[in-house]
Amino acid sequence: MAKHYQNIVIGGGHNGLVCAAYLARAGQSVLVVEAANEIGGAACTRELVPGAKVSSGAHLLHAMPADLISDLGLANHGLSFSAQSIKTVSLNADGPAIVFDGDTVKGEDVSAEDEAAYQRFNADMQRMAKALRPVFDKLAPEPSIETWAERLTLLGLGLRIRSLGRFHMRELLRIIGMNFYDLLDEYFENRQLKAAIAMDALLGAEWGARSMGSVLTYLYRLAGYQRSKGLGLALPAGGMGAVSQSIAAAAKAAGAEIRTSAKVKSILIENDKASGVELDDGEKIQAGRVISNADPKQTFLKLVNVDHLDTGFIRQIRNLRSRGRAAKLHLVLKAAPQFKGLQEADLGARMLIAPNMDDIELAFNPCKYGRYPEEPVFEITVPSASDGSLAANGQHVLSAIVQYVPYDDSAELDANRAAFLKTILQQLERYAPGIGKQISHAELLLPRDLENEFGITGGHWHHVELVFEAFLFNRPVPALARHSSPIEGLYMCGAGCHPGGNVMGIAGRNAANQVLKGGQ
Amino acid sequence: MKTNTNNNQRPLIERPIQETAFYPSYKHLIQNDNYEEWSGYTALASFACEGQEYFAVRNTCGVYDICPMIKYDISGPDAERFMNRLVTRDVSKMLPERVVYAVWCNDNGHVIEDGTVFRYSATDFRLCCAERQLEWLEDSSIGYDVSIADVTEEIAGLAVQGPVSCRILKKMGFTGVENLKPFQLATFPLHGYDVVISRTGFTGDLGYELWIDVKNASDLWESLFSAGKPHGILMMGSEALEMLRIEAGLMLVNAEFMSCFQTVRLNRDRTPFELGLDWLVDFNKGHFIGRRALLKVSMKGLSRKLVGIDIDWNKQADGALIYDSKDASKQIGEVTSALWSPILKQNIALAYLDAPYFDGGKEMWAEVYLHRECMWERKMYKCRVAQRPFYSPDRRRLTPPNDM
Repeated sequence: MAKHYQNIVIGGGHNGLVCAAYLARAGQSVLVVEAANEIGGAACTRELVPGAKVSSGAHLLHAMPADLISDLGLANHGLSFSAQSIKTVSLNADGPAIVFDGDTVKGEDVSAEDEAAYQRFNADMQRMAKALRPVFDKLAPEPSIETWAERLTLLGLGLRIRSLGRFHMRELLRIIGMNFYDLLDEYFENRQLKAAIAMDALLGAEWGARSMGSVLTYLYRLAGYQRSKGLGLALPAGGMGAVSQSIAAAAKAAGAEIRTSAKVKSILIENDKASGVELDDGEKIQAGRVISNADPKQTFLKLVNVDHLDTGFIRQIRNLRSRGRAAKLHLVLKAAPQFKGLQEADLGARMLIAPNMDDIELAFNPCKYGRYPEEPVFEITVPSASDGSLAANGQHVLSAIVQYVPYDDSAELDANRAAFLKTILQQLERYAPGIGKQISHAELLLPRDLENEFGITGGHWHHVELVFEAFLFNRPVPALARHSSPIEGLYMCGAGCHPGGNVMGIAGRNAANQVLKGGQ
Repeated sequence: MKTNTNNNQRPLIERPIQETAFYPSYKHLIQNDNYEEWSGYTALASFACEGQEYFAVRNTCGVYDICPMIKYDISGPDAERFMNRLVTRDVSKMLPERVVYAVWCNDNGHVIEDGTVFRYSATDFRLCCAERQLEWLEDSSIGYDVSIADVTEEIAGLAVQGPVSCRILKKMGFTGVENLKPFQLATFPLHGYDVVISRTGFTGDLGYELWIDVKNASDLWESLFSAGKPHGILMMGSEALEMLRIEAGLMLVNAEFMSCFQTVRLNRDRTPFELGLDWLVDFNKGHFIGRRALLKVSMKGLSRKLVGIDIDWNKQADGALIYDSKDASKQIGEVTSALWSPILKQNIALAYLDAPYFDGGKEMWAEVYLHRECMWERKMYKCRVAQRPFYSPDRRRLTPPNDM
């Protein structure tokens, strides 16, 4: 007779693996089924050409809690870093770069006032992010006050915000729904400086600096830096795949089983209770619980037969915003690229191409109407600069997030991809003259390609847009916010749940806790 | 399209109101211009005298124009699965050419509406209801291979109700119509077109509903009324129907409950249990929309329920509040629809009662307001839970019906 598991986790992305690891450590039997032939989801390392590897999804670790890393003993399972707390450099095609290092900012065109303002800005934002951090770290609270536990949770949140003091509490309430453009205008003069800061609120999102709520996502990102406790922007040795591999190793060491190339066709439901999964090849695996790391749309519009769901719920799921706006560019370079105004020693830094906030906004506008931007904005890393294992023989690999790209599944996708790659390379050429000639291999993954590669609806790395209306108990929809679902025994553990995306692992950990509590 | 006008007056509100397919045939019978709007159509509250129209149904035959009833055709390989998830009862047990009364809910188990489900074949259904809800049906069809069409404007309907209704239909040439059992339907030929006849209605009497393509409306109406004339056939309006449906104990959307799509206030939504429709909820058929919420609700006791009551004396208890004692110390319910029943000579009403009063056996008083010679008087009358339907003659169920 086939083995009956207590838990099946659908999807071997980092949240699924974290969830499996915590469940296995609690003595539960767990099977992780991953559709791809490697675990990791969008936190993975892939060979581009022989001798050159790249983090083909996320390329920096900046939000994983330090206590999760230590708790799961990831260092003992092979996780190390080739660089930590790397600098951020905002490139300028026609002038000097701006370098962000910790809480200081330096640049030839950056005034002393702006330097001081950055310190002040940083202190203000860090203070507010700290007040909100427990919200981002913990299980989404219930929006009701029926039990004392619920009242205390909400009261606690209120007290933390109040503890900022009268001035900062008012300031937080003033800015939290605000757009970042206006807030940055309040602090700074230098346009390039403002754009560089704005990028942290906008990466991966379907909005520009002028969109409401962009301050919230900035605080969200800062909370991520805080919880990583000094890791800052970090490059895992061997690429992001090393993160997933180490979590998988921790999970296996605790007794979890992992199967790759096992694509789930449907979630089995018997007597209104999840009872296992059916794979593409027809194999059925029984389990007491099914925990989906797939995004909510995939889980409830594809894997669960609609016979088991209510119409209002389906409406909510369908209306979720999951239009990925970020593309991924991978280049194999024959030699180290030369970026204008960049110190050679800073090639391992994170580089930004976003001349000013209006350019970000102009790059954002076309994607709203299904068009590609003429001058996209970039986050660039050259991980091989600090990690020789990624590229052999003096080669380098460049990994860039390119915003803002429409979700394009048209028949012209291939032609559009080729044309957009040309646009991108032309733009890069202005910042790194000669880079075109150094390219031995180029790959551009549009949202549609990311969707295919990682199985994420819309290719959105947060699964569901991180917007004010999809935070806390509304993420992704109220019925799923605390990891359980309308179907008994079916849980959610992915980025679609509070507290959302980035390689973070908190959703996976919270889900495991809820499962163990038999949680509602 | 026409604007709603009274003959001698300018229209109060300019808005398009459509004439039903039968309107040109019966408009010469309209004597008192007692119009109302029903789903965008001109409808009649009464033609001449609502009492006479009421008695036509109880004694001869009354005809009600049901063209404005909202009709959705639901067809496709998954139609049965779709319908079974939509409504709370098990329609997979339905045979073709059958009709059932059904109720459907939102995710929270709150009633959207009640109506009738017609099954024509393994893959073809029709849903008849009072309110438009195409959006809900379409969103409910996601994942199903079904097509949903609003056929309200294409299908004309006439309710032919009363003791001689069967006889009139037979006289029209619908051979075998007498063999239709309650909630059964069949297709009959007439003058080269099809007439679908279902033994259904909203009057609690023997009766049929006739469904045809709108283009045949005048022919059907003329045939019906020429056959029915010697038998006292009469067009009727909604005021007579209201009396009939209360005697039959049938609830009406926007009278006994509001669709959960339209409620604004808390606690105005109703579950099927509160409406006394627990017999329509089948927890054993698998999942349906609202099942999980209703299962939770069913674990708890009901706090209120719609029941029939009988009130002392003969003063119609419209809108009456119901109390636990004559001095009205505690309100325990309220009347939703009330009628002095002409045929029963009984003062009846549909009412919500709190637990445990809806189980009956407790002292209850209805607070009735009477307008007498330009003064309001408040009266307290004793009342009690009564069996529904209040009026249910044997001919309603008999197949074939007595040939009157």
